[in-house]
Amino acid sequence: MTTKTLNIVIGGEAGQGLVTIGELLAKTLVECGYEIVVTQSYQSRVRGGHNTFTIRTSNAGLAAPQETIDLLIVMNEETVRLHREELSKNGLVVTDSSIKIDAIPCLGVPYGELTSRRHENVAALGVATFLLGLDKTVPAQVLERKFGKKGAEVMAENRKALDTAYQWTSDKLAQARPEALDFLKLPETKRQSPRLILNGNEALALGALSAGVKFCSFYPMTPATSIAVTINQYAAAMGVVVEQAEDEIAAINMAIGAAFAGAPSLVTTSGGGFALMTEGISLAGMTETPVVVMLGQRPGPATGLPTRTEQGDLELVLYAGHGDFPRAILAPGSVEECFHLAGKAFELAESSQGPVFLLTDQFLADSFRAVVPFNVDELCSVQTGTDPSPAQSPYRRYALTEDGVSPRLLPGFSRHLVIADSDEHDEDGHLTEDLEVRVRMVDKRMKKYARLKNEVIPPSYLGAEDPELLLVCWGSTQGSVVEAAGALESAGRKVGVLHFAQVWPLVAQHFVEYLNRARQVVAVESNATGQFARLLERATGLQIRRQILRYDGLPITPQTILAALKI
Amino acid sequence: MSTLQDFGQYETAWCPGCGNFAILQAVKKALVASGLSPHQLLFVSGIGQAAKTPHYLNANVFNGLHGRALPLATGAKLSNPALTVIVESGDGCNYGEGGNHFLAAIRRNINLTMLVHNNQVYGLTKGQASPTSQKGFVTKAQPGGVLAQPFSPLAVAVAMRAGFVARSFSGYEEHVTAMVTQAIAHQGFSLVDILHPCVSFNKLNTFTWYKERCEKLPDDYSPTDWEAAMKTAVKWGDTIPIGLIYKNEQPPYEENFPVLKKGPLAKQGVDKKALQDIFSRYL
Repeated sequence: MTTKTLNIVIGGEAGQGLVTIGELLAKTLVECGYEIVVTQSYQSRVRGGHNTFTIRTSNAGLAAPQETIDLLIVMNEETVRLHREELSKNGLVVTDSSIKIDAIPCLGVPYGELTSRRHENVAALGVATFLLGLDKTVPAQVLERKFGKKGAEVMAENRKALDTAYQWTSDKLAQARPEALDFLKLPETKRQSPRLILNGNEALALGALSAGVKFCSFYPMTPATSIAVTINQYAAAMGVVVEQAEDEIAAINMAIGAAFAGAPSLVTTSGGGFALMTEGISLAGMTETPVVVMLGQRPGPATGLPTRTEQGDLELVLYAGHGDFPRAILAPGSVEECFHLAGKAFELAESSQGPVFLLTDQFLADSFRAVVPFNVDELCSVQTGTDPSPAQSPYRRYALTEDGVSPRLLPGFSRHLVIADSDEHDEDGHLTEDLEVRVRMVDKRMKKYARLKNEVIPPSYLGAEDPELLLVCWGSTQGSVVEAAGALESAGRKVGVLHFAQVWPLVAQHFVEYLNRARQVVAVESNATGQFARLLERATGLQIRRQILRYDGLPITPQTILAALKI
Repeated sequence: MSTLQDFGQYETAWCPGCGNFAILQAVKKALVASGLSPHQLLFVSGIGQAAKTPHYLNANVFNGLHGRALPLATGAKLSNPALTVIVESGDGCNYGEGGNHFLAAIRRNINLTMLVHNNQVYGLTKGQASPTSQKGFVTKAQPGGVLAQPFSPLAVAVAMRAGFVARSFSGYEEHVTAMVTQAIAHQGFSLVDILHPCVSFNKLNTFTWYKERCEKLPDDYSPTDWEAAMKTAVKWGDTIPIGLIYKNEQPPYEENFPVLKKGPLAKQGVDKKALQDIFSRYL
């Protein structure tokens, strides 16, 4: 089977409907049986500015974005100016015929003659369908599902725009040099059984719903907002209370209150909002209240680049909250992993009775992929609280136990009283200044690390058994690192990839051999100082000197890595 | 039904003569009068001398962070509306550190009772100015006197048409009991601002100072007249009105969530059929 991978960029101003074209085309490609990786780039404004919706597609497996552009569908002139340097050798620009472009291959589409302004989006989809050699009936079905409910007339207009543009492209290319555009034709591929199209945030939301989230409080902040918004969309059907708090401090405290009263609870935020929550994180640690925090990273410090991507908040999350208390930090590497680790986060929060963090970033949050449907029957939801029937009176919320985890009764569900305190407290929950009790309670809380360590997800390893080069990464960069490693392998090098989907706690024996065995270790991260490499050094004493770091706000691509390694 | 003994008797960390003693006693009486048992109650407090009150009675308790009792209580109420939730903390905690939450709780009209021990000074941190300290009030931290205007919680609450707005004084224990009992019975957000002396750090607003000024609202006072309530709420001088200043009946916040009609969130599982339908939307 010949493998072909294409990168399609749709660009224009905010409000020009480019996301609509992008989503329709992405759906069409997936239904035809291709893989996709979507990258969305937008500016912090509602109208105007320069935005792109990029679909990388292939008939083979795919998990990373790409820098060069094979097909550039533009809604304005600026997009051409900004991206012409990125066009691949045969790269084609599709534009409105009124926009004049020199010296690069360009297909000017007379949208105005073919359709009304309102349907230019769908017409562009028709052009792309022809250029990519896709079965024309598929986008028609995609449109039917999107607009079918709006009535026969709306559907007929859309269908007409699609067909007219498709036919126009076919006729136009029949006249002149069609072979030059053959490289845009995707090889035929087998239709697959239906797949879900999800971005990272949607997968997190669905994962949380599956796990049994019942309370979600948040304050809007890009790029995390859509997690809470997606949960809210299904709040009535799934029985969830979603509350937009007055600020992030309220959001975390509400979630702690809801969790204390028994609801599996979630807050969603980004770095700046999370910074405000940190005293609350400490409170969850002290009162041993389970709470899940999903943090979509964007470049800081301060307001930073609100709509771009970075992995710069690892140390913030690792050290957030004053004092010592256990925590776990998960960092999914793919959209599928977003779903599963959301569930894992709720399990860990409940079993360790404390805060659990899930770190993603703008790139993964907005990146659509095709995902094999989850089997609902296999999904487990979290069981909250402890059965009160065997509890002795007086119930002691912080009873000392072997593993530090005390039975957690919920207030109001029995005659037992539940006392929680942010002050140091005795086993009964009441505040104390007995310094011996203090030591016992710190030890009790820290003991819970043993349980967290037992449940750690070991890093995944992919590649040669004795690699000369080991690429170490965490979270959303997985796909790019794996693809870069594949390219290096094809060039004859022995390469391994060690990817961490859980970055805290770290269990050194899970991975220290990999670090020792490789001749050279390179850390790949989207931040300026190699925060995870520093954490690995803390856990193992091994220093990773060579680091590939990207912090311009764009995602790490295979090209980023290959260029840094000078391949 | 419960008795005073059900709510226990504990040693406290308060100074002899502190107004908190009378408030604690009045709260216990109000709980008995409300027919509530300890396990039906959740007290949420912040940090400060007043915030220790829930430790001195039998109930479910969450003693949280300074200023953050209201959002925590809001989360708990939205998680289990069957709990009678009472926030109890001081003026610094509720009006200073937690000011934004005070406004938001009033706007939501969440069904909980907020008891503010208002002694116009920070006690636990040893005598700095609070948001309700009078202009010119001299402390070690404000040696030239307080420069800012005092916060007027009742005026703000009435202006925002909070559900239930009352003031009381620890010197009139039966009055405090009556106000707290009514506040608990009110369906929606209820505020009882309870003036009390700080014998250690407020030498200006003493027991006598309050006693000379606090005056019960007349029997014919109508708490449903918003304009009259506004005028009453801003009165602060030789006479300080105490009693139920303003009241309205609005559906409490938690009634907006259909899921809560099915009971506490902790008892609600995952509907796998609904989940499957949601997954299908992404096909």
